[in-house]
Amino acid sequence: MAIKSYRDALNEAMHREMERDARVFVCGEDVSGGAGGTSGEREASGGIFGVTAGLLPRFGEGRVIDTPISENAIVGLAVGASLAGKRGIAEIMFADFLGLALDQTMNQAAKFRYMSGGKATCPVVIRAPYGAGMNMAAQHSQTMYQIITSVPGLKVAMPSNPADAKGLLATAIRDDDPVVFFEHKALYGRKGEVPDGDYLVPFGKAAILNAGDDATIISMGRMVVFAEKALEGLKASGVNCDLIDIRTSSPLDEDAILDSVEKTGRVVIVDECPPRCSVAADIGAFIASKGFSSLRAPLELVTAPHAPTPFAKELERAYVPSPAQIDAAVRRVVSYR
Amino acid sequence: MTSQQSRDQLLGAYRQMKMIREFEERLHKEIMTGEIAGFTHLYSGQEAVAVGVCAHLEADDLIVSTHRGHGHCIAKGCDVKGMMAEIYGRSTGLGKGKGGSMHIADFQKGMLGANGIVGAGGPLAVGAALSAKLDGKGCVAVSFGGDGSVNQGAVFEAMNMAVVLKLPAIFVIENNGYSEHTGADYAVGSKDIAGRSAAFGMKSIKADGSDYFAVYDAMGELLDHARAGKGPCVAEFETTRFFGHFEGDPQKYRAKDEVKRHREEMDSLKIFRAHVLNDRLLDETALDAIDADVLSLIEEAVSEARAAPPPQLSEITTDVYVSYP
Ligand SMILES: Cc1ncc(C[n+]2csc(CCOP(=O)(O)OP(=O)(O)O)c2C)c(N)n1
Ligand SMILES: [Mg+2]
Repeated sequence: MAIKSYRDALNEAMHREMERDARVFVCGEDVSGGAGGTSGEREASGGIFGVTAGLLPRFGEGRVIDTPISENAIVGLAVGASLAGKRGIAEIMFADFLGLALDQTMNQAAKFRYMSGGKATCPVVIRAPYGAGMNMAAQHSQTMYQIITSVPGLKVAMPSNPADAKGLLATAIRDDDPVVFFEHKALYGRKGEVPDGDYLVPFGKAAILNAGDDATIISMGRMVVFAEKALEGLKASGVNCDLIDIRTSSPLDEDAILDSVEKTGRVVIVDECPPRCSVAADIGAFIASKGFSSLRAPLELVTAPHAPTPFAKELERAYVPSPAQIDAAVRRVVSYR
Repeated sequence: MTSQQSRDQLLGAYRQMKMIREFEERLHKEIMTGEIAGFTHLYSGQEAVAVGVCAHLEADDLIVSTHRGHGHCIAKGCDVKGMMAEIYGRSTGLGKGKGGSMHIADFQKGMLGANGIVGAGGPLAVGAALSAKLDGKGCVAVSFGGDGSVNQGAVFEAMNMAVVLKLPAIFVIENNGYSEHTGADYAVGSKDIAGRSAAFGMKSIKADGSDYFAVYDAMGELLDHARAGKGPCVAEFETTRFFGHFEGDPQKYRAKDEVKRHREEMDSLKIFRAHVLNDRLLDETALDAIDADVLSLIEEAVSEARAAPPPQLSEITTDVYVSYP
């Protein structure tokens, strides 16, 4: 075990997988940076968030590809190469820009397997930094994973901590299906223990981060960190909960969710997206249909409001679900009679 | 050519360029204090483009801007204090503090917004140009974009559609040599933005974007063409940015002395001053008076923005729709 940041854990996973498998390559805007610059420094960037640093010096320009600003073609580059036998990792600088690459993502990558009657494989990974909390306003803060989760054919991961970041990304790269991999921008600096060597976290397997009988908190990505914060206060006042980090929204670990709901009967789902068609709504509908008989309180969904992400820091702070909102929601379900 | 501009026009142009420069230089300082949140992309170095282009535009002409939009806003007449307040995230900002630096807009002024999505302005300008054409009053729509934006498929589509529909759209490309940390010579395959755009079937011009007069003359020619209903055009202006891509960028992709050299050789304000003084179009006292005036306005803008209240929390869910039952 080593203490590493989420950023470095992701970086390590790419280093290891590129070392292990010569078919793996990385492409995106400024993944190395410096191409065509006047300083002569070829790795002038290493990714705008530094996640791809060191890959160019190690693996060279053939496998670490700086692209023009052309998101649909960036994803297409990785998708097409993956259909032809390579394993492309496309970095979309901000998840919001998936909007420009939705054709290659949802009409192409997602559907080849099905439309070819199981003949095609498209082992592509699309990495997408997401999330609010950095005052980047409405076009640089969205979660986007709710839209991608709704598309059959795509797998969706969103790690909440460095160990999962490494293990889930390695799994994504080795997976034969297209994966859209969501990294929370505000988590890049988060440090934690990361297993050494080969480390894989399976898709569709939730992590139970805390065990308690009073309620079930289900969450993903950065909201897991907020749920952990809320739990500290709840525990201090004698309320203890299961905390489930789904880790992948597609596939979803339905068993882990139902097992916990059966035990507690009281559920809070915390999701950074606006409420409509959110992952919270999706999981809520699943629980309402498959776990109805266990429920002892109405579901509580803690989400952002139905509005774009505001710029002003006071507004953004209130917009993003907070530990205080999670705390209040848990107390509501626990006290419901 | 320069004689076509009156003394007042020239004073106005200088004032706007100076306003942009000082606005950005001041922001650069304020950002260091940590009071301004988020992403800020400064326009210093490119002033002559925004001002030379907008000098020709009327209130009814429309512009669409970019993430590096402060200069375009000022040149199109947005209220400087409202802009500053927006960048500070205050309720008195042009967008009530909801949009910030990357999303300043003033529809009354024909400024359809800065934009966080590189290349989004191309299609928007085509739509704005369609509206202008339908109105039949000879108005135009101008999209500003960088050397990086022209590599977006959306911009290719927009250019072609503007030609097909013969719209009064003008694509202004500010080639400052870089898109974030990547050089234009690498990312633009043909290395020739004006030429590539011309291949869509548009009139195209390439000119020195550090020289207000060169920009002004080039735009004049393109606007005559577009206003006469002869279809869209492209202008590529070579320019430079005096700061990093965003505030905090270590600029490792740039040669050590590049910014210093560009500040000496490509400073649009110095070039303008030299030109008007040399040709005896304006006198130094008038220019100095503008400098002083601009500085005090920026000072006021900053102190008023600082003192202004943040938006109310109830504003989070307002303005999402015009109406929503
Ligand atoms: C669709 C999209 N892709 C990527 C980005 C991230 N980004 C912001 S500015 C920028 C570079 C733009 O370069 P250019 O068009 O030359 O404008 P400049 O920054 O030089 O003014 C990039 C890649 C973005 N905002 N939108
Ligand atoms: Mg540029």
